[in-house]
Amino acid sequence: MSIEISAQAMDAPNRPSTFRMILRNPLSRVGVVLLVVVMCALVAAIVMDWVAPDAPWSADLYHLNEAPGTDGHLLGTDSGGRDVLSRLVVATKATMFSGVIALVVAMLLGLPGGLVAGYYGGRIDMALDWLSSMVMSLPSIIVLLAIVSSLGTSMWISMTALGCMMAPAVFRLLRAQVHAVRNDLYIDAAKVAGLSDLRIIARHVFRVVRGPLVLMVSVMAGVAITVQTGLDFLGLGDSTTITWGGMLGEGFAAMSANPVLFVWPGLAMAVTVAAFFLIASGARDALQRTDGGAAAASRSKATHLKPVPASSDAPPGADDVLAVRGLTVGYPSGGEVVEVVRSANLTLRRGHTLGLVGESGSGKTQTAFALLDLLPRQAMLTAGEVWLDGTEILRLAPRDRARRVREAIAYVPQEPMSNLDPTFTIGYQLIEPMRARGVGRAEARDRAVALLSRMEIRDPERVMKSYPHQISGGMAQRVLIAGAVSTEPRILIADEPTTALDVTVQSEILDLLRSVQEEFGMSIILVSHDLGVIADLCDDVAVMRDGQVVETAPVEEFFARPRHEYSRMLLDAVPDENHVRPDYVEARSARQGAHTGEAHR
Amino acid sequence: MSLLEIDDLVVRYPGRRRGRSFTAVDHVNLDVRPHETVGLVGESGSGKTTIGRAVLGLAPVTSGRIRYDGQEIQSLTRAQRRPLAARIQVVFQDPYTSLNPAMTVEDILSEPLRAAGWSRATARGRVVELLDQVGLPTGAADRFAREFSGGQRQRVAIARALALEPELIVCDEPVSALDLSTQDRVLQLLVDIQERTGVAYLFVSHDIGVVRHISHRVAVLKQGRLVEFGKCAQVTSRPEHAFTEELLLASPVADPGRQRERREMRLAHRERTSATSMSPITIQRSAP
Repeated sequence: MSIEISAQAMDAPNRPSTFRMILRNPLSRVGVVLLVVVMCALVAAIVMDWVAPDAPWSADLYHLNEAPGTDGHLLGTDSGGRDVLSRLVVATKATMFSGVIALVVAMLLGLPGGLVAGYYGGRIDMALDWLSSMVMSLPSIIVLLAIVSSLGTSMWISMTALGCMMAPAVFRLLRAQVHAVRNDLYIDAAKVAGLSDLRIIARHVFRVVRGPLVLMVSVMAGVAITVQTGLDFLGLGDSTTITWGGMLGEGFAAMSANPVLFVWPGLAMAVTVAAFFLIASGARDALQRTDGGAAAASRSKATHLKPVPASSDAPPGADDVLAVRGLTVGYPSGGEVVEVVRSANLTLRRGHTLGLVGESGSGKTQTAFALLDLLPRQAMLTAGEVWLDGTEILRLAPRDRARRVREAIAYVPQEPMSNLDPTFTIGYQLIEPMRARGVGRAEARDRAVALLSRMEIRDPERVMKSYPHQISGGMAQRVLIAGAVSTEPRILIADEPTTALDVTVQSEILDLLRSVQEEFGMSIILVSHDLGVIADLCDDVAVMRDGQVVETAPVEEFFARPRHEYSRMLLDAVPDENHVRPDYVEARSARQGAHTGEAHR
Repeated sequence: MSLLEIDDLVVRYPGRRRGRSFTAVDHVNLDVRPHETVGLVGESGSGKTTIGRAVLGLAPVTSGRIRYDGQEIQSLTRAQRRPLAARIQVVFQDPYTSLNPAMTVEDILSEPLRAAGWSRATARGRVVELLDQVGLPTGAADRFAREFSGGQRQRVAIARALALEPELIVCDEPVSALDLSTQDRVLQLLVDIQERTGVAYLFVSHDIGVVRHISHRVAVLKQGRLVEFGKCAQVTSRPEHAFTEELLLASPVADPGRQRERREMRLAHRERTSATSMSPITIQRSAP
């Protein structure tokens, strides 16, 4: 049995964990360094509490407001004659602790709430969502002030209240994340495997949400510390604990006598909050990279066009509406260029259909995109020529090339639904492109209706007023073909136009393409992996493998006498029509062999 | 005696607010015998996937009975169903969302084993066996599912289904997301496994060509109703129902000459039936 990846490659697992990815990010590295500084201060504070509990409180009334660097006082003394450095260090403990209280409360409420609401949905979800909306609608600062003034200034009370106010944010994040994966098939598979809900949530759901959770926790830690400092600065904190907020308040009061006093707690705050936020941004960057950075790559035009004259391939004849000679497309990857299309030669005859066959990754879609002038920005056209109606277009200025391609070539995509904008009606999406070409509104409308009925859509007026979600996939593909034909192109490139459709709808769409081709005299390039579809519609066939065109032949010739070994392999993979399973024989004892698994226990 | 008997099954989804309810499966009778493959074929919306999901306890049964080995299973709770995990398993269509991207292959394969009470060490041994059974190298165990191609992922999904040595596997379009040559290899793997272990398949697909290749018996569904159910050769060569014939003619063959013939027959067939049946081109109401 053939295996797609060699056993050797399997032996070297290379998997940066999410957390390692976060640590690799330069932003979060700086954050981690800052956090280590803060943690050192925290340890020092705990040690001081134990070794010299009186140090931050002992006032030296002979040395008030000493400048930094005075003997015995590295950061000077405050307006009460107390050592600033030791107070600053000790304050780390209370400030960090306040953040921890708020975080723990927010997590205790938000985490299980979000997981349960997201996973089960229904009434629990509605109730919890309502509750969280209510909490979010409260003005948090006013609520905090009210709580502090009525229940006292204890840090425990104010930070628990803050935690309750932050819990809805955790709840909402988790609920949305869980909602997104709840219907994924691996959750269903886990149910079928007999896992309990608790186990599914812990094993499957939690793994998905822990990344975003890291981000949220670090942001919230920064926010909690800022709020706590603010409360203490306003004098609403517990005056018996030393905090950075309290020190800020004292420094503010002694502003005229000792302006530097203000700087130290401010700096400590800034370093701590920056540490958390930097880690959060680094985490976000790292997570985005793992969750489909490739998809985020922009689809704007290729800029690295360096067409090189192709080798001595035959120049296109007068009847060849589109000809590709020696086309090579590559993508930069780790310092070198990986070629996804290699010296491809294709010829599309006027009024005929060329089938481009290959498996995923063979470069057939990249070739189609190169012809459509739709390659992503990082793509490099390193060599080749594309002759469109007798003009070599790769050497034209980008704008001229784009104009010629838009005039001559239309495109029908694989996924009809995702190529219609859900926020506009079908009519609008058909009329606007024609309007952009200078057709009047009324005329464009009439033409759109006529095209839809040409596409054998029964009630075109109603379809014009419909939104994409109101029509079926087959209908959407008819709409897209109508849109492609509306600009009267000479060439239609259809990329797996029927792969997402049922066989019966597929046959109708193929019939439609054939009749539209006859009526408009178009030439078609049909990209497909389905040899049945190719046999149905095409006049010529080109087989692609690993970016190369390995065989080109007229369709009858190709199916009757495939020349290349790979073509033969593809044809052999077509389920043999005459093969039917041998008749069912009463099973040799149904449970024989079953449950031998019990022996393993 | 049948392993699975579906008797007068109805699955109806209530409409939202005042919307009309939607009947996905409409009074369907089916059975699967041990060691047999029953193909379920139909267009999207024909209820074929819903039948599979109802058997797995993932779709609500409105009325009718599903009997497994004589026991009624349609109204069991999740906890009551747990013993069935070792007997009925599933392979889904999309190998990209059916495997948790954040788990290694070993975690994925040992999950049903651990849930069934196996120790970590014995589960590990079984994982190696399973990988071998589906033609993946042992080294695959430590890798993440996302590092594999579609065909390899589907092999992992098949290995997961085999872990507890079930008697029935519901295969929901297991090859339709795969390339042609990969499709062929995965189908062959399923046949090999059936011949080795005697497992039965309920094989759901929209492609009558694929169904014909693997099934002993074929059931054809249209809009939730069973239109034809019989021996594979008979249903897929001499169909009794016009709709089955339509499906057969719509499935393209990789031969230009025969495909041309088939196209002409299809057009003739469409003209014959257009007087009696609705055109397939009708606008859908917004999805329920």
